[in-house]
Amino acid sequence: MTLDDRLQNVAVIGAAGKMGSGIALLLAQEMTLQKLQPGNRDKNFDLVLIDVSDTALKGLLQYLKTQAVKLAEKNIVNLRNLYQERNDLVENAEFIDQFVDDVFLNLRTGTDLGLARDAQMVFEAIVENVDVKESVLKKLNGQCSDTTFYFTNTSSIPIQLIDEKVGLQGRIIGYHFYNPPAVQKLVELISPENINPELQEVALELGKRLRKTLIPANDIAGFIGNGHFMRDGLHALKEVGKLNKEFSLTEAIYILNRVSQDFLIRPMGIFQLIDYVGIDVFQLILKTMNPYFTDEDLHSDLIDQMVEKKVLGGQNPDGSQKNGFLQYEKSRPTGVFDPVSAQYQLFDSGDWQKKLDKKIGDLPEGYMPWRQFLMDPQKDEKLSAYFKKLKGSKSMGTQLALVYQKRSKAIGNQLVSQGVANKPEDVNGVLLNGFYHLYGPINDYI
Amino acid sequence: MMHLSKPVYITAGYHTIFLGSGRKEFHPKKPRPGLDHYIIEAGKGTLAQIKGPEHIDEGVISNFMAARFNRQGNLAAFFPAIDPSLKYKPFTRVEGACGSGGLGVYTAMKSVLSGLSDAVLTIGVEIQNSVKAVYGADFLAGAGYYSGERKAGHAHFFPDKFSERAGACFKKYGQEPIRSAMARWYEQAIKNARKNPKAQEFHNKTDDLYQMGMTPPNPKYFVENLNVFDCSKVTDGASALIVASEEGLKKLGVSKKEAIEVVGYGISVDDLTQTPPDLTKLTTTQKAVEKAYHSSGLKPEDIGFMEVHDCFTITGLLSLEAACIVKQGEAARFVSEHRTAMDGELPVNATGGLIGFGHPTGGTGVRQAADIWQQLTGKAGDCQLKITSQKPFGLMINMGGNDKTVASFIFKPAVA
Repeated sequence: MTLDDRLQNVAVIGAAGKMGSGIALLLAQEMTLQKLQPGNRDKNFDLVLIDVSDTALKGLLQYLKTQAVKLAEKNIVNLRNLYQERNDLVENAEFIDQFVDDVFLNLRTGTDLGLARDAQMVFEAIVENVDVKESVLKKLNGQCSDTTFYFTNTSSIPIQLIDEKVGLQGRIIGYHFYNPPAVQKLVELISPENINPELQEVALELGKRLRKTLIPANDIAGFIGNGHFMRDGLHALKEVGKLNKEFSLTEAIYILNRVSQDFLIRPMGIFQLIDYVGIDVFQLILKTMNPYFTDEDLHSDLIDQMVEKKVLGGQNPDGSQKNGFLQYEKSRPTGVFDPVSAQYQLFDSGDWQKKLDKKIGDLPEGYMPWRQFLMDPQKDEKLSAYFKKLKGSKSMGTQLALVYQKRSKAIGNQLVSQGVANKPEDVNGVLLNGFYHLYGPINDYI
Repeated sequence: MMHLSKPVYITAGYHTIFLGSGRKEFHPKKPRPGLDHYIIEAGKGTLAQIKGPEHIDEGVISNFMAARFNRQGNLAAFFPAIDPSLKYKPFTRVEGACGSGGLGVYTAMKSVLSGLSDAVLTIGVEIQNSVKAVYGADFLAGAGYYSGERKAGHAHFFPDKFSERAGACFKKYGQEPIRSAMARWYEQAIKNARKNPKAQEFHNKTDDLYQMGMTPPNPKYFVENLNVFDCSKVTDGASALIVASEEGLKKLGVSKKEAIEVVGYGISVDDLTQTPPDLTKLTTTQKAVEKAYHSSGLKPEDIGFMEVHDCFTITGLLSLEAACIVKQGEAARFVSEHRTAMDGELPVNATGGLIGFGHPTGGTGVRQAADIWQQLTGKAGDCQLKITSQKPFGLMINMGGNDKTVASFIFKPAVA
């Protein structure tokens, strides 16, 4: 069965979640474009979107509507060609409305897994818990055809383990989208040893269709993305512990967040990123990965405390950022959590931030904000010059940044030596495409 | 072509800020002032420069597509909202797509010449940021032959029409020199606009404007031969001025030093249902400018500076040829040699033109006339050109649609 055949019957489980909704959007768009191909107009295309709550599914439909309109607006040149023979469509607005209608004609939503029984491709994006995944996939496997392929969005659980627990015999692949799936180019592709070769082909072809950058990772817990992110975050948490001798916890969190964002020129500081992913999700991934790495302790007391206190980060249904290590207003940080008082210390209350920035020290010469670097045609040369200055500086900020970057590089190399990544370029590719870093961790800057 | 039976003057020009992407105060998702706000601000700005609004005899308002952009018709009835003294006076709305403003000045001029009025308040306005550009494209397509052309037309209807013209010029003269001159045109437009605090591109900080102007086109999302920098942007804005007779100026308490005189004009309109005879020429524009030269007795070499209708960079180049400033095919070199720069031999669009100042479609012609008034009365601020007594003539070209409805005027200071 070809990808085109399979694309006529697709299901997304956990479709109303933050990853599931993005995956649903990508598939809805691709299936609609397929349906509009001249030979396909009489075929049925069915995208089944399943989640546990009807309310969440209504939110999903609203999200899909908004996004489908945006997609149609952006692709209006192509849309006018696709609907060329439709004499009733004249204005751009009419083409856009028609496309959105056509997207919705392919959709069905519900809370019953039984809706997915005819699916030839099932995308699983439910909670990162192996027992829950096992139970859901078992139910699906019991009712779907034995030719159905499963794409799991797990970011940490070995695929082979899931396959064995469910008994899928090579019909499951790790297809790890990055958040938000509709925007991020990266998909980590994890093929377990016993994979059905046809599934691998379909997965590669689908990646092309969805215009994703597929990077293979080997089937070791955490894969490349979380393999780096978890250890990178744990490094920051460890440094916070060290700084806590001289600074309050709040101050230490602020310092590490600033060092990782500004001094290393990343799109977000490390604690903002942990908040973005969700502190509870971060904890869950650590728990999943830890048993597989006996010579490491992938665990943080501070993370456990935050989860205990129910300070979790993550996003509101409207996509705005919830408070975590940092407090946010309109998704911009406005303060830092104080784990002792369980209150946020706001940037604009008193002059603590100013004093701390003074202690951290000035940014090295050649600094530009991340976005500005991203657009710069001479990015690489300028980064090289920047890091030279950084190495030559003795301020607290640059020293912490230097240690931070060295650790990031060591993590990258570890992923290659452990066989998680096939080569350094794959590690760098994941950080560049999935985390929007300006440079890969394995570099010659430091 | 008729000579004017008596002198016609223009005075008291005013512009609102030309708002849209690029201006710091513009936020696409925040509420913005509406049509009435712009009309009232521009009207009051002009009336503040005269002795009293009661001396206004009538008014003309130029606008292209408020019916779709703002769901508003009956624009003439906004005049009394500018000042209570205008209540129950005669007002008219004029439409000729992006050439509406030029037709508005022409209409006001006819009223003065007929003797019906001595002072005509003339406003041009368009508020276009009410919808995203992808929807606005359909509204603007109304400047073409909608029932005959829209269905087969491109998503970005007008950019595509002028992309075809650019393509025809590439074919005829070679792509490199034309493409490069289009980027130079963009560069010049932005540089001039940076000196004009009311311009949409006033805040533009791009370092290498030429390189930006050379951005390769992306036909998948836009058109074949133009990039977005080749296009004037979506603008909200209004301009106003007064067209007056000699008696009118007296009643308004405006000295001739504060006024300019119409010395030539040409209105030329072609058949909307027909495609252009030659894509590398602005044939209708040329007719209008020829009439303006003829009625004024002036020649291209007499012109000191110009306001041309550069809705697209390629249109800017072709306007110079249509105005017989250069021969056909020579505009690219003329522009690339910076001869149209503010310090060049023939400054063009000193306040930024449609690409730099902004293009509130139906308002642009009034904007151009008000800008020439500012230049010739020494009120152009940082955009002020040196006006010589040998060439005290400013030429304006305002074009509607794909070279269909064109107004051209030549002005000089009211006192030598």
